Amino acid sequence: MKIKFALASVAVGAALALSSTAALAAKNAPGVTDTEIKIGNHMPYSGPASAYGAIGQAFTAYFKYVNDNGGVNGRKINFISLDDGYSPPKTVEQVRKMVEQEKVALIFGGLGTPTNSAVHKYLNSKKVPMLFVQTGATKWGDPKGHPWTMGWQPNYQAEGKIYASHILETNPNAKIGVLYQNDDYGKDYLKGLEDGLGAKKSMIVAAASYETSDPSIDNQMVALKAAGANTFFNVTTPKFAAQAIKKAAEMGWKPTHYLNSVSSSAGSVMIPAGAENCIGCITSAYLMDPTDPQWESNKGFQEYKAWLAKYMPDANIKNNLYVTGYAHAITMMQVLKQAGNDLSRANIMKQAANLDMEVGVLMPGIKVKTSPTDFYPVENKQLARWTGKSWELFGPIYGPK
Amino acid sequence: MNLRSIHTLWIAAVLVVLPFLFEDFTVFQINLMLVYAIAVLGLNVLTGYGGQISLGHGAFYAIGAYTAAVLMEHAQMSAYMTLPIAGLISLVAGILVGFPALRLAGHYLALATFALAMAIPQLLKYDSFEHYTGGVQGLVLMKPEVPFEFELFGQELNDDRWLYYFILLVGTFIFWVCSNLMKGRIGRAIMAIREQPIAAGALGINLAAVKTMTFGLSAAITGIAGALGAVTVAYVAPDSFLAFLSISILVGAVVGGLGTIWGALFGAAFIQFIPNVADEISKSAPWAVYGAILIALIYVAPGGVMGLLRKLKKGDTA
Repeated sequence: MKIKFALASVAVGAALALSSTAALAAKNAPGVTDTEIKIGNHMPYSGPASAYGAIGQAFTAYFKYVNDNGGVNGRKINFISLDDGYSPPKTVEQVRKMVEQEKVALIFGGLGTPTNSAVHKYLNSKKVPMLFVQTGATKWGDPKGHPWTMGWQPNYQAEGKIYASHILETNPNAKIGVLYQNDDYGKDYLKGLEDGLGAKKSMIVAAASYETSDPSIDNQMVALKAAGANTFFNVTTPKFAAQAIKKAAEMGWKPTHYLNSVSSSAGSVMIPAGAENCIGCITSAYLMDPTDPQWESNKGFQEYKAWLAKYMPDANIKNNLYVTGYAHAITMMQVLKQAGNDLSRANIMKQAANLDMEVGVLMPGIKVKTSPTDFYPVENKQLARWTGKSWELFGPIYGPK
Repeated sequence: MNLRSIHTLWIAAVLVVLPFLFEDFTVFQINLMLVYAIAVLGLNVLTGYGGQISLGHGAFYAIGAYTAAVLMEHAQMSAYMTLPIAGLISLVAGILVGFPALRLAGHYLALATFALAMAIPQLLKYDSFEHYTGGVQGLVLMKPEVPFEFELFGQELNDDRWLYYFILLVGTFIFWVCSNLMKGRIGRAIMAIREQPIAAGALGINLAAVKTMTFGLSAAITGIAGALGAVTVAYVAPDSFLAFLSISILVGAVVGGLGTIWGALFGAAFIQFIPNVADEISKSAPWAVYGAILIALIYVAPGGVMGLLRKLKKGDTA
């Protein structure tokens, strides 16, 4: 009797399990067949931001690599990447085309803050995953309000917080002067710094802003020095960053200089500003810099180089946008791998919110990690100091995890 | 019933059923095309009929779009109500620009208006307005709700289809007004100034007043198109209104046929659909393909699509 009952319950259990998997499999997202997963993407291949198109080329090349190696769980990736020219109305049109006409399973890696803002509500109301958007704004990690959207790169506030921790550790009595661009980007950084300092927010003795239309930031620099700041947080885009570095040197002002990573490029900021003018300046990084010789011996970077040589033979290895594209695409593949044969949109999103992985080109110790309440995949960074020739990493990995 | 009204009825019937013959996304594209058609018509009044070149109509489109967006977002106004206000504000903006532009002729006017097109995205990002305009982030809008349920050919009347009828209604009204205006006394005055300003002045036409009002009317029409565009896309941001938009509108006017009313429809179809065709042909150089198509079209039909149609009708092969 007992055995019979047990057998019966096993049978019922098995039948239930079977029927539930069958039901789940039937709910696969549009664009998913037994042999294919359709993924959509919008990129500025033309227009003012067309330099970023390189990321889209890297995506295409990476998915080709995936397909050459058998795809994901036996399915090939059909990657559709359309040009939006960095124009929000065009993004709406292209994304709607991909969702409604091409029937893609999800939208991956779209670039730009205004362009993604234009489809933010649309994709969430249609419950289409909008994964790993490429912008540093803070609003992309909002699991409650926008459960179908996720960013990827460390956001600006997170970076501001990292500098705050370093300041509190090394110079708790610092007098901080901030120069920031008067828009969302600048304010996000400032907010991160303030949040990081917490109760010691009064350490900020002066904060000066500038407009992108200003010809120079000389006045602001003079004001920050006059306010007695001995620590300088430089939240500027490349052109202004170079001006600020030069002006500080001219005035003989030698604060501890924190330079936001937006402007840490050796080629377009540090060297034009005078390589010796910013020795000791501090910035932060999370992706390997392809021009930095220290990664040559790193296994993850070697894999990247081998992939680039094979799948993008004409690409300039120095272009760090390919690194960005490669890292995003690897993350995307991991989500699909984890989703297995349940490729419903809900499960894709669930897997995206359940990541804990290493990516070869992320600096050692930095991981992609998410949870149902944490939609910020990469939040850690390491500090780096300018030696006069290159950035030298130092200290621990900062950030929440 | 004469032949003409039978034709009109047929066209009306097709237009009414049209959105149910296509899927949602295509209806959205048709909506955008109709919006561009109104914008192109606005420019055509100024450039085609009035002979004044503007490379800055994207700015009026942006003013209309932002007027609608700000009113919907901050005054909770319904999308329908924002149109007349958007038109009025664009009219004032057009007159303000048009009045000093009286002293600028031909190429100089083109450059002055182009400056406006360059300036508008930056002005929209300006800090003091940020509370209203949303700054760089722009504003996300709600589409008007469909008031009742309806289904035809298995397609429901959704927000895109509902918006189609609204745009069609507004568009038809504007086209009808412009068509009548251009056939009448005012239209003749506008064209007389284009052909022979001195003679027109001698005949008692007030050059300054007519030219300024033409500018204002043209800006108002384009502004209304902008408001409709904002509602269709349900999002406005400064990057939506870069100088390229102004050039696209001019391309639409030329391709459709300068100095024609219905040419605007063909011009709008061109600027809406040809970039997509070009993107299909070549991913690496879509704008080169676009340019080639444009040059070919201007070569075949120097008077635009309407010019070509007129030629064909006359059987004139010269």
